[in-house]
Amino acid sequence: MTMQSQEERVDLSEIRTRLAGATGQQYWRSLEEVAETKEFQEFLHREFPSGASEWDNSFSRRTFLKVMGASLALAGLTACRYQPVERIAPYVNAPEQIVPGLPLFYTSVATSRGYAQGVVVESHTGRPTFISGNPEHPASLGAVDVFTQAEILTMYDPERSRQVLNNGDKSNWDAFVADITPQLAELRRARGAGLHILTQTVTSPTLASQFRALQSAYPEAQWHQYEPVGRDNVRAGAQLAFGEYVDTLYHFDQAQVILALDSDFLFAVPGNVRYARDFSTGRRVRRDNLESNRLYVVESTPSITGAIADHRQPLRASEIERLTRVVARRLGVSGVSDTELPPGMPAEWLEALVEDLQQHRGTSVVVVGDNQPPIVHALVHAINQQLDNVGTTLSYIDPVEAHPVNQLESLQALTTALQSGQVGMLVMFGGNPVYDAPSDLNFADALARVGTSVHLSLFVDETSARSTWHIPAAHFLEAWGDARAFDGTASVIQPLIEPLYGGKSAHELVATLMGQIEVSGYDIVRNFWRSRGLGGRDFDTFWHTALSKGVIEGTTAAPKQVTLQIAEFPDTVTALPADELEILFQPDPSVWDGRFANNGWLQELPKPLTKLTWDNAALIGVATAERLRLQNGDVVELRTQGRTLRVPVWIAPGHVDEAVTVYLGYGRERAGAVGTGQGVNVYRLRTSDNLWITSGQLRRTASRYQLVSTQDHSSMEGREIVVSGTLAQFRSNPEHPPFFHGEHEHLSLYPDYPYDGPRSWGMVIDLSTCIGCNACVLACQAENNIPVVGKGQVANAREMHWLRIDRYYSGELDNPRIYFQPMACVHCEKAPCELVCPVAATIHDDEGVNNMVYNRCVGTRYCSNNCPYKVRRFNFLQYTDLESETLKLQRNPNVTVRNRGVMEKCTYCIQRISAARIEGEKANQPVLKDGDVITACQAACPTQAIIFGNLNNADSEVNRLKAEPLNYGVLEELNTRPRTTYLARVTNPNPSIEPEMPADGHHGTETIPNPAIEHEMPADGHHGTE
Amino acid sequence: MATRPQIFRPGTNTLARVSIFVGALIVVEILLILIVFFRSNYWRQVHIAIDQPVNFSHQIHAGVVGMDCRYCHTSVAQSSFASIPPTETCVTCHTQVKQNSPLVQPIWKSLETGKPIEWVKVHDLPAFVYFNHSIHVNKGFGCTECHGRVNEMPVVWQEQALFMGWCLNCHRNPEKYIRPVEEVYNMEWVRPPNQIALGQKLLQEYNIDVNRLSNCYICHR
Repeated sequence: MTMQSQEERVDLSEIRTRLAGATGQQYWRSLEEVAETKEFQEFLHREFPSGASEWDNSFSRRTFLKVMGASLALAGLTACRYQPVERIAPYVNAPEQIVPGLPLFYTSVATSRGYAQGVVVESHTGRPTFISGNPEHPASLGAVDVFTQAEILTMYDPERSRQVLNNGDKSNWDAFVADITPQLAELRRARGAGLHILTQTVTSPTLASQFRALQSAYPEAQWHQYEPVGRDNVRAGAQLAFGEYVDTLYHFDQAQVILALDSDFLFAVPGNVRYARDFSTGRRVRRDNLESNRLYVVESTPSITGAIADHRQPLRASEIERLTRVVARRLGVSGVSDTELPPGMPAEWLEALVEDLQQHRGTSVVVVGDNQPPIVHALVHAINQQLDNVGTTLSYIDPVEAHPVNQLESLQALTTALQSGQVGMLVMFGGNPVYDAPSDLNFADALARVGTSVHLSLFVDETSARSTWHIPAAHFLEAWGDARAFDGTASVIQPLIEPLYGGKSAHELVATLMGQIEVSGYDIVRNFWRSRGLGGRDFDTFWHTALSKGVIEGTTAAPKQVTLQIAEFPDTVTALPADELEILFQPDPSVWDGRFANNGWLQELPKPLTKLTWDNAALIGVATAERLRLQNGDVVELRTQGRTLRVPVWIAPGHVDEAVTVYLGYGRERAGAVGTGQGVNVYRLRTSDNLWITSGQLRRTASRYQLVSTQDHSSMEGREIVVSGTLAQFRSNPEHPPFFHGEHEHLSLYPDYPYDGPRSWGMVIDLSTCIGCNACVLACQAENNIPVVGKGQVANAREMHWLRIDRYYSGELDNPRIYFQPMACVHCEKAPCELVCPVAATIHDDEGVNNMVYNRCVGTRYCSNNCPYKVRRFNFLQYTDLESETLKLQRNPNVTVRNRGVMEKCTYCIQRISAARIEGEKANQPVLKDGDVITACQAACPTQAIIFGNLNNADSEVNRLKAEPLNYGVLEELNTRPRTTYLARVTNPNPSIEPEMPADGHHGTETIPNPAIEHEMPADGHHGTE
Repeated sequence: MATRPQIFRPGTNTLARVSIFVGALIVVEILLILIVFFRSNYWRQVHIAIDQPVNFSHQIHAGVVGMDCRYCHTSVAQSSFASIPPTETCVTCHTQVKQNSPLVQPIWKSLETGKPIEWVKVHDLPAFVYFNHSIHVNKGFGCTECHGRVNEMPVVWQEQALFMGWCLNCHRNPEKYIRPVEEVYNMEWVRPPNQIALGQKLLQEYNIDVNRLSNCYICHR
């Protein structure tokens, strides 16, 4: 924590005054922007702050000379040829399907967070390079989330464990087997007493059957499960409501009114990618579809679900129960005592909500977050039953988990057993309990009392370091397995490559515990499914179908009939102690519970709302920050139950007051070079009393900490970037929605280029369905060999992402409306960058794509200076890691790896265009159709908000969307003629909450109703011009 | 008082002028030599036979025996990469022919050990150039246009210096080089006297739009 005293401090009340005095719709990105701080001005006027082009301090002049001397010497040795000699090693026996130069695609499933997400993995002559979604898989439908995509980097991570370790010393698998075999024999004589297994949530049918077999061999062995971001509340809620464990499946595509109570169902729950797709189908507003669903969100911490909501209301997490009780009672759920509305909830808001829900019986759905106590889940089950939603917008199924238990109790039982010395052998399959167990359990101390502990893990992490044996695990791309998706559908995990570092799969380790040393993971999984009798006699066909489709037919769970068993809903609301704040624990949007901490792609991914990278922070609301006189980056001390933690704060507009949100997953001590030491470990504050919501004190300290956010980078200075309006306004004039300014004149000195060839490319991004989930950003990074630059470089605005998601706020500080806008090179037909390049390194082709030619670029950076969209990224240093051998294997062979001194930007995935163009030309079908070229961002998008296609094909979807009245180009008034355009965001507010403004066209964007600004406006609605 | 002798004779002025001129000339000369050197066939390894781990002769296989290019370079019509044959391709014939020849021994060794034969790349484009064989052979551009008469090469060498200007020459004037698709693998193909007329016709027939061929992104990405 460093002192940075001379920094300019933002005056929050001044900002309030400015926003209140603003006329018309104002979109802003950060408090610094509204306050017009010096730092923001610097980012505004210079895309890269001063000093950005200076050589990095960590690389001294002396090192530079040394390195250069060495490379010159090496250059001298190879000087007899203009290029170093390269060799080609063909196969000895060529595998049948491999054609060198053409990729192959295999299905598999990723189980990053326990539940299966279908993927299709691209493989270039045996090396997997890219993970995309599997259109056949119910949890994917072709899309993927950021965690699944980033797994490819984890697989190639050079810091993954390569070695069996015995008490930290190098050992090998045979020594491990020799060591545990006699111990297992003894345990078997003791009927397994003293043998404990710890897993994370298991959805694998094969692994579950192996554990059952293990338990019959060792009848007294114990199977524990723990996941730090667990779903105990969900399970307990179902138990409370129905007397049994059931999983709830939502069908958001059937819902017209959705109420999310502290639930980030677009990100934080199993099935989130599918839910995002289903949710977005109800929001695709077009000229011929003037309907939209309506989403109400009541939440404590701003989330991407809250950002897309039509009505968002901040409420402390501990008060959600009170609100739920009121809603339940108003809807007529019996057994709910009368409760007052929590303070801060407007009564008319609630009235309108209840009325809306009542009017949509059977087409509404209420969702509650995993962090809410079981009683709230039970209440919500009752509400959904009351609204006749079961069977239409949601259904119940038997739990997908193989062995649903209360995981916290399970871990507590293990810790107790460990402390009493009853545990002879503990085998941990993944997980990292030393780091992420509740701090009051003192798991590390308990672990020290075990006879033999075995930890199977991808990395030598905190738990591995304290275990007797560490076994390197195989990645899911390296070993056979299976898993079930959120709806029960089972899939086979199909490996694409032999374990890079000799890892073992969980199946193989269990087999070893059973004494089956030489059994392969493939046989274990295959024999399990054969034993299930699926596919009849023709098992091979069944197996191959399962592999090629990526799902096992007939395994989707059937809906289950349940009846409410609960008559009374006891009140468990507790008041917040007077001098305390609520402390909320949340999984991190980038590293989840910490398991992705060593993944550079995820660490550098700007978090959806704060745009922070490489760190976690304590989020607080604006009013709380005002009251405590806190600024972004001030270090505070949080104290709860005698535990203290120093953590930097970040002010999040829209965050509920008198509460602080801290994110799990940071402060790792043994994550690897990327993750170790980043951020603060908030597990130290987390106790088993309440894993999610607690309370404590917050004290200012004098220190400051540098938090790096990209929110002020690449600002477009308050021009009309995001356009938004309401559904009612759109309905009032579908051909000319009143939230647009007038037409722009397009005059040019240059003659128009005809673009009359068979292909011409364009993109449309629908802001109404963009949820800001970052899937496109990561897909772009993986596809286009985009390097990671590190925190220090991001602080200098040197992040290399070709595609960024701009997040804008508008309206009042405490609860602003939030907008997302993906922004990459828009491929202007009249591109300002091209005119200023002295070496013609960026020029247009006749398919309308702005070409960036790396080998011509000399790094003047004039182009990025002249780019109004600020989408060009420059390699100030040698960011691409050219040393790590395994990272080279990950790179896309069809995209140039860029070196220092070269400008780069979105190419519309030109490698994919080229491949399709060549195939089209060869087949004499040069006019490409929809689906021939799918850009990486488009494929990854869970809501299909990004549409790319051939403008010279009259039937293409992109042409239809460009003709939509909602279509607009950003900064069109500059006459750049962008090829990427946007569909304006259409919200669907409830007229009883937000009365409609008279839609008078000439006011343009200013007519967007916004409660904060409207209340300040004079009655005649007259406001000044921007 | 004795006058001190002049250090410089009057002729020194001329010498100084000449040496300035000569010095400038030498600088220019060195630059010119460098330019010529770096564009030379020697530097680009044109017409220089490259030693390979196997003494494989295209002259015998493609010339004397008359094997088709695609027997070994199997993916030339489907993929960007024409493919170097796996050891087993060599074995298919050599179990029958010249089994015991010492020249064939590296093949047997590779088959036994499972280690591939590491051929030296002869035509090595920079990493930022993405050449695709399949589109060229499918649209009537013969092997010999770039690779020369491989059937006459005992050891393969580079026939062309592979400068971008040379690529562009064809991308801008493909009618000068195009041939009927059936003749693509014909090593003996000679351009007919009416090449330009034939070329224009073939461009039409194969749907080749010349304007598009000089887009940067055709080769660079």
